[in-house]
Amino acid sequence: MKKRIILFAVLLVALAVMAGCKSDSESASSTQLVNVSYDPTRELYQDYNELFIKHWKEKTGQDVTVTQSHGGSGAQARSVIEGNDADVVTLALEYDVTAIEKAGLISKGWQNKFPHDSAPYTSTIVFLVRKGNPKNIKDWDDLIKPGVGIITPNPKTSGGARWNYLAAWAYANEKYQGDDTQMKDYMKKLFANVLVLDSGARGATTTFVENGQGDVLLAWENEAYLSLKEHPGEFEIVSPSISVLAQPSVAVVDKIAEERGTSQLAEEYLNYLYSPEAQKVAAENFYRPTDENILKDYADKFDLNMKLVNINDPLFGGWDKVQETHFTDGGIFDQIYSK
Amino acid sequence: MGKGSFTKYLLITLSSIFIFVMLIMPLMVILSEAFKNGISAYADVLSDAFTLHALRLTLFATFVSVVCNTIFGLFAAWALTRFYYKRSKFLTTLIDIPFAISPVIAGLIFSLTFGRIGWAQPILNIFHIKIVFAVTGIVLVTIFVTLPFIARSVMPVLHARGTEEEEAAALMGAGGFTIFRKITFPHIKWALLYGIILCTARAMGEFGAVSVVSGHLRGKTDTLPLLVEILYNDFKMADAFAVSTILVLLALILLILKNVVEYKWHSAKE
Repeated sequence: MKKRIILFAVLLVALAVMAGCKSDSESASSTQLVNVSYDPTRELYQDYNELFIKHWKEKTGQDVTVTQSHGGSGAQARSVIEGNDADVVTLALEYDVTAIEKAGLISKGWQNKFPHDSAPYTSTIVFLVRKGNPKNIKDWDDLIKPGVGIITPNPKTSGGARWNYLAAWAYANEKYQGDDTQMKDYMKKLFANVLVLDSGARGATTTFVENGQGDVLLAWENEAYLSLKEHPGEFEIVSPSISVLAQPSVAVVDKIAEERGTSQLAEEYLNYLYSPEAQKVAAENFYRPTDENILKDYADKFDLNMKLVNINDPLFGGWDKVQETHFTDGGIFDQIYSK
Repeated sequence: MGKGSFTKYLLITLSSIFIFVMLIMPLMVILSEAFKNGISAYADVLSDAFTLHALRLTLFATFVSVVCNTIFGLFAAWALTRFYYKRSKFLTTLIDIPFAISPVIAGLIFSLTFGRIGWAQPILNIFHIKIVFAVTGIVLVTIFVTLPFIARSVMPVLHARGTEEEEAAALMGAGGFTIFRKITFPHIKWALLYGIILCTARAMGEFGAVSVVSGHLRGKTDTLPLLVEILYNDFKMADAFAVSTILVLLALILLILKNVVEYKWHSAKE
C-alpha cells in the first residue's frame, strides 16, 4: 500500500510543478516583453535590453523584463507563426517578417512603421583573411586570381550565402558595366576558386576559422568581427570597394501584443533602437548604425567608402526576382557553377 | 611471434585506434575547447544564470519524463506480457513508434497539434493552456521520445519468467499489488533500473524534438542541448563547449550507474 501512496505523491508533485510553470509564464502580462530574434544578435540584445529597461523605468516607472529568443531566422519566424508568443520580432530578413505578416499576425505596411524600412541597423559582406593578408587580397578582383582559396556557403541552401553571391554580382556589374557574358565569366572564375561550399554560414566560418581551410572567407561584417574577437591576432578584415546592404527587419507582432496588452511597450522597444544610445550599442556589437552621426563616430571600425547596394536596387529588383533569375534550378548560379 | 598472434595484435591495434578516434579524441576536444579561455572563464559560463536555468529545466524535464515513463512502462509491460496475448504484437509495435520516428518529426507533430495553427488550439484557448513554446511542451515531447525505453527493458524479463509464480500467488489469495510487490518486482528490479538509466540519458540529451517546440526563450525554455547550439551559433565556441561538459559529466555519471546496475544484475542472476 505504501508504494502506491508514494507513486501518487510523485505524480501529484509532478503535476503541481507543471501547473506551477504554466502560471509562472502567464502572470505579469503587461511588463513582460518577448523578443524573438535570430542567431548572432544574442549579445547585441543582451546589451540593448539593459539600456531599454533603464529607459522604460525612467519614462513610466514600470519594471519590465525582456525575454530573448535566438535561432535560425527562418525557424524563428515559423515558431512565431505556430504559437511562440513574441511581442516583437527582430529577424535577419524582410522575407521572414513577411511570412509572419502573411499568417495574419503582423499588420500590412510594417516596413514603413519605423525609420529606414524598419531596419535600425545594417550589415554588409566583407572579406576575412589570415593575418598579414599573405595573398594580398584587396578587392573582388583579387579573388579570381589563381591559387586563392575562397570559403563561402552554398547559395542554394544558405540565405547568407546568397548575399555573398549578390555582392560579387554587384561588383561584376560595376566592373563590366552590365555586360552579361563578362559578368557570368567573372562569377564562373570566382566559384572555381571556392575550396569548400558548406551548406550554411556557420559551417563555412568553422571551416575557415577553426579548420584553417582557404585564404579568404566571405562573411557578414558583424560575424567577421566576432571571429576577430574570438581569435585575436589571427585574422584581418578587408572591406571591398562594393558590397551589399543587408537590412535586418524589426516589427511589432500586432496580434500577440494586443492580446497581451503590450502594444505600447513593444512599440517603444523598437523605437528606442533608433536612439543615439542604442545606435552606439549596435555599433559596439559590430552592426552598422543607421544614424549617420553615430556611424561617423565609428568610421575606424566600418569602412564608410564602400558602395553598398540594397536588394531593392534595380540591379537586383527584390528577393522574388533575384530568386527567379539566379537561384532557381537552371538559373544563373547553376549556369556558372556546373560548368 | 606466430601468424595467429599477428592477427590478434593487428585487430587489437585497429580497434584501439578506432576507439581513440571515435570516442576519446572527441571527449578530449570538448575538454580542451571548454578550458581554452582558462578556468575562470569556464567558471563564469557555468555560474551564468541562463546556464543554471537550462540545467534546472533539463533536470526537471528529465525527472518528469522518467517518472511518467516508469509508471506507464511498468503498466504497459505488465499488461502486454500477462494479458493481451493476441493483440500484444500490435500494441508492442505501437510502443515502439517513438524509436522509429525522427525526433524532429515528433516535435513537429506536437507543434502542429497543440500550436497556434493546430487542431487542438480552439480547445486549449478556452482553458488558456499553453503547451508548445512552453515548459509543458518540452516535457511532453521528452516523454514521447523516451516512451519505449522502460517498457522495452522490462518486457523480456517478464516474458522469460512466465506467469506460474504469479498464478500460484493468486490462487493462494494474494491481491494484485501484493503479487507485484512480492513476486514480480524482485525479478524485474534490475531490468527496470537499467531502463530508467537509459531513459534518463536519452531524455537529458534530447535535442531535435525539444528544439522544435521550445521557442528558445532564454531563461524560460532553453534546455542544455539547446543552449549549446545557441552559444555555438553565436560564435561562442568556448562557452558552448563549457556547457557541453555539464552534459558529458551527467552522461558519465549515468554510464557508471549503468555499469553498476549491469554488474549487480549479473550477480543477482547467479
